[in-house]
Amino acid sequence: METVNITPAEKTAYVPSVRKKRKWTADHWLAAAFLAPSVVLIFLFVYGFIGWTGYVSLSNWNSLVPDWSFAGLKNYLYLFHDFRFQADLRNTLVFTVLFIAAVIVLGQLLAILLDQKLRGESLFRNIFFFPMALSFVVTGVVWQWLFNPSTGVNLFLKPLGLDGKWYTDTNILFGFHWGKIEFGIPVAIIAVVVAAVWQMTGFAVAMYLAGLRAIPDEVREAARMDGATEFQLYWKIILPLLRPITVSVIIIMAHISLKIFDLIYAMTGPGANFVTDVPGVYMFETTFRGNYYANGAAIAMVMLLSVAIFIVPYLISSRKGGS
Amino acid sequence: MARSVWARSFLYALAVAMSVFFLMPVYVMVTTSLKPLHEVTLADMWKLPSTIDWSSYATAFDKLAPNFWNSLLLVVPATLLSALLGALNGYVLSKWKFKGADTLFTLILFGMFIPYQSILIPLIQFLREIGLYNTIPGLVFVHVVYGIPITTLMFRNFYAAIPDEMIESAKIDGAGFVRIFRYIMLPLSITGFVVVAIWQFTNIWNEFLFAVTITTSDKQPIMVALQNLSGSQIVQWNVQMAGALLAALPTLLVYIFLGKYFVRGLLAGSVKG
Repeated sequence: METVNITPAEKTAYVPSVRKKRKWTADHWLAAAFLAPSVVLIFLFVYGFIGWTGYVSLSNWNSLVPDWSFAGLKNYLYLFHDFRFQADLRNTLVFTVLFIAAVIVLGQLLAILLDQKLRGESLFRNIFFFPMALSFVVTGVVWQWLFNPSTGVNLFLKPLGLDGKWYTDTNILFGFHWGKIEFGIPVAIIAVVVAAVWQMTGFAVAMYLAGLRAIPDEVREAARMDGATEFQLYWKIILPLLRPITVSVIIIMAHISLKIFDLIYAMTGPGANFVTDVPGVYMFETTFRGNYYANGAAIAMVMLLSVAIFIVPYLISSRKGGS
Repeated sequence: MARSVWARSFLYALAVAMSVFFLMPVYVMVTTSLKPLHEVTLADMWKLPSTIDWSSYATAFDKLAPNFWNSLLLVVPATLLSALLGALNGYVLSKWKFKGADTLFTLILFGMFIPYQSILIPLIQFLREIGLYNTIPGLVFVHVVYGIPITTLMFRNFYAAIPDEMIESAKIDGAGFVRIFRYIMLPLSITGFVVVAIWQFTNIWNEFLFAVTITTSDKQPIMVALQNLSGSQIVQWNVQMAGALLAALPTLLVYIFLGKYFVRGLLAGSVKG
């Protein structure tokens, strides 16, 4: 697959034809010259700036005036003892688990549904996909209205024991005390999960559908010949074949949910008792509303770390698998 | 495939039920935006408007038009520049691989996943320093820079599908780096450009965090302005919904008319490197 991937051994073998090598090198330098600006930008604006933020997180810069004096881990220690940040971590964990689980279950269900050669399939597909064209802000504004009144969607939910105003609901389901916070599922966060699932499920459907279409028909036919029911076919054969896609969906949804900001900012804000607060919102308010830059930087670094735990192994393994 | 009528009916019922769930917000958005304010009440939420009232669109348009223009001024150059940069990078990283190219690519790719909060503080200091803070060109610059990973990934995958033999034979014919790009890759890239452009257009139009931190008041893109609409004291839900529709319109139109490429972009964006 790779063409000009010259290994050191090959390089020495090529030495005799000097002319050819020089020509190859000129173009190669040109290629490098075209790539260089992007590489410089990425190293500066991604890695350099992360390092910079890392340093800010260790400084005393907690006012409008930059203060670069070294504070050690003070800002991090403050955070992990902070009620709001503990609530954020709980919310992020709950949100991520519920969001990913729902997206995967619904994504698989809808993709299999679309795979049944229904009439009007493209119409259904368009309906399931379109929310992805929207902004999280639009989604937040619309679902805020849908969830806000004590009628609307809540009519359907009353029988489930969920009532009235969602975001001001400070109840925690299955709660127990842990650290400074009550650990469990904040009722208010379920509203945000529903909106996020509505927006992002189409992505999972698209991926699963692509996966389903890549499975050769012989697989299905062979299973049917062996007397498998449709349910068994999907449960025992197709879904296991789609597992790599599930891994991708989990990774993509996890990184979205760990850094989610705009949906919650537009829909609920931090909520009473911080029941719908997340690190993204906390970082924004701390840094740009409160001017606590060092604290904000520390929140950002924790967010980065949480994403990196998922992404780095995934990037490394997909690199190995890809080439 | 002999399947009972009951099973088929069940599948259709399920598909319709799910469609209702997905369309419910659209229904509420459209009907609410067409209602006069006195009909926008909790009790009447699911009802159709008794008369169609366009005034909330007029109000929303008055408030959001400047920001709508800001978004257009931002999204067009940012999309074009980042697509061009991505095409060049993708070309180099797929057809002119060198030792360590894959590692470099992975390092670039990581930039796509970082929470932007982790670069925001230095970014704002930097933009202030070079005089681009609170300007549309500043936002364009930011979107081009942080678009590099995804556009590079998409073009690299796209170009990987172009057979290497074509490049090899062009090389033998004496074509160099630039000629190969100009006369072989670019003509084959039209779909790639459409997919990447749609992806970047949608993402930049919908982006919020950079927009809200880098710009203030009259320089704000549409999404920030829409969010501010709901921040005011009295929430006029019909105006809000009209505003949300206006803000969503460009990306919805792109989706309706170029949906195929939109979905291709989605799949290309899901790292298969």
